[in-house]
Amino acid sequence: MSCASALAFALLALPALAQQRAIPLSEVKSGSAFLGADLRSLQNDDFANPGTLWLERGEKLWSEPAGKTKQSCASCHKDAKTSMRGVAARYPKVDAESGRLVNLEGRINLCRTRRMGAEPFKYESEELLAMTAYVARQSKGMPMAASVDGPAKAHFEAGEVAYRLRRGQMNLSCAHCHEANWGKRLLSETISQGQPNAYPAYRMEWQTMGSLERRLRACLSGIRAEMLPYGSPEYLDLELYLAWRAQGLPIETPGVRR
Amino acid sequence: MRRRQFLAGVAALPAAALAQVDPLDPLVWVVTNGAPVKQGKVTVELPQLADNGNSVPIRITVDSPMTEADHVKSIHLYSEKNPVRNMANFYLGPRAGKAEVNSRVRLAGSQKVTAVAKLSDGSFWYDTASIVVTLSACLDES
Amino acid sequence: MTARIQLPAKAKKGEVVEIRVLIQHPMETGYRHDDVGHLIKRNVINVLSCRYNGVEVFRADLSSGIAANPYVQFYTVADKSGELEFYWIDDEGQQGSERQSIQVGA
Repeated sequence: MSCASALAFALLALPALAQQRAIPLSEVKSGSAFLGADLRSLQNDDFANPGTLWLERGEKLWSEPAGKTKQSCASCHKDAKTSMRGVAARYPKVDAESGRLVNLEGRINLCRTRRMGAEPFKYESEELLAMTAYVARQSKGMPMAASVDGPAKAHFEAGEVAYRLRRGQMNLSCAHCHEANWGKRLLSETISQGQPNAYPAYRMEWQTMGSLERRLRACLSGIRAEMLPYGSPEYLDLELYLAWRAQGLPIETPGVRR
Repeated sequence: MRRRQFLAGVAALPAAALAQVDPLDPLVWVVTNGAPVKQGKVTVELPQLADNGNSVPIRITVDSPMTEADHVKSIHLYSEKNPVRNMANFYLGPRAGKAEVNSRVRLAGSQKVTAVAKLSDGSFWYDTASIVVTLSACLDES
Repeated sequence: MTARIQLPAKAKKGEVVEIRVLIQHPMETGYRHDDVGHLIKRNVINVLSCRYNGVEVFRADLSSGIAANPYVQFYTVADKSGELEFYWIDDEGQQGSERQSIQVGA
């Protein structure tokens, strides 16, 4: 091979490398694989899973009229079991109207503000957690399938940069624990791959339900880094990268985690 | 409670029971009024290692026919290390049919959990289970 | 407060049925501090009672030692068709209740 063609080959190879998976699709594992037997069985218990309390609330909110239009989600979307099936699996995605990347929480709020003339729900509010859990639950068992092409590509690349960025006092990036050391022990816990497929989840440490963003903030707090405010674009980009990493993992919402 | 009565009550407890239940004695006294608490009939089931101390599954069963003549009246749950040591009391009776209660408890660190059952014949029985509870690996201030 | 009850819709007379209760409640211990260091006031469900056709068949005194969003599972003998009513109250006096019917056949 001549110098020129070797260089051309190397340049061609670069974009492909960025999309190479550190954890191959055949090895992706949900967080539930890293739980103790008790929490794993609690998650699978359709009655005792504490997240189901938020599902019940979400189901009520779905049919509750709100905002200036006095419409409910059901007014347009009818039965969530049908209309919302598969929706959560495709998020985060770029909203066509605004051109912005939105996660499921953001999408719910866009519907409220644009279509219902209602106030958006705050992050970690009982209402937003209940609605997000309820909508995501309708995709339970379906494989995560967020798109990273077209308008999402730039966000995906920014997400990977965020994933590999060293942060905080401990100077660690997500990759240090969840890519290089998943499966190994940290005190008495086994480090997971950091997959997002069970969110919103009931986390025992919080003693309540929480969003994926809250979990990311918890990680930042854990490595003694500054927690970015809720709704930061960096979180969204990271959520998209995480969704890509988790491609094919079945959605487990509502998850139960430590 | 008179000192003499207290000491007499304590002396009446078998040595083995005293060794296990003794640290909680003032709390248990409220239920037993000094009567002996024998080890047996009760089973406390806890995991060996808690996934998270905020929520640990617990099962308490008492070997009892649960008939009108012979049943469990109440089960009293005690923690060795929690700030509030009497964690819960469960009141059953013959209509329960089965002397079993399941719940999820908070445990402030590795410790022993004791359940004392009061039977319809006035006798008291107990069991103790140990559990290791660790702190979360990462500090979460989210 | 959202609460869930699980018990069989139908049972044979004399059958021991399993009852599961899950209540949404923070069971605030009174030992936690907020972001600025103030103690968060204790507020737990302190009593949970189950009445079968008006007669109490189960009662629990709960404390901060019971996990948030309390889960309690117990048993009762299927006696007659009717209603099981569940009542609970927390330290702030907030009451909650739920009811579920049971059909008891021969």
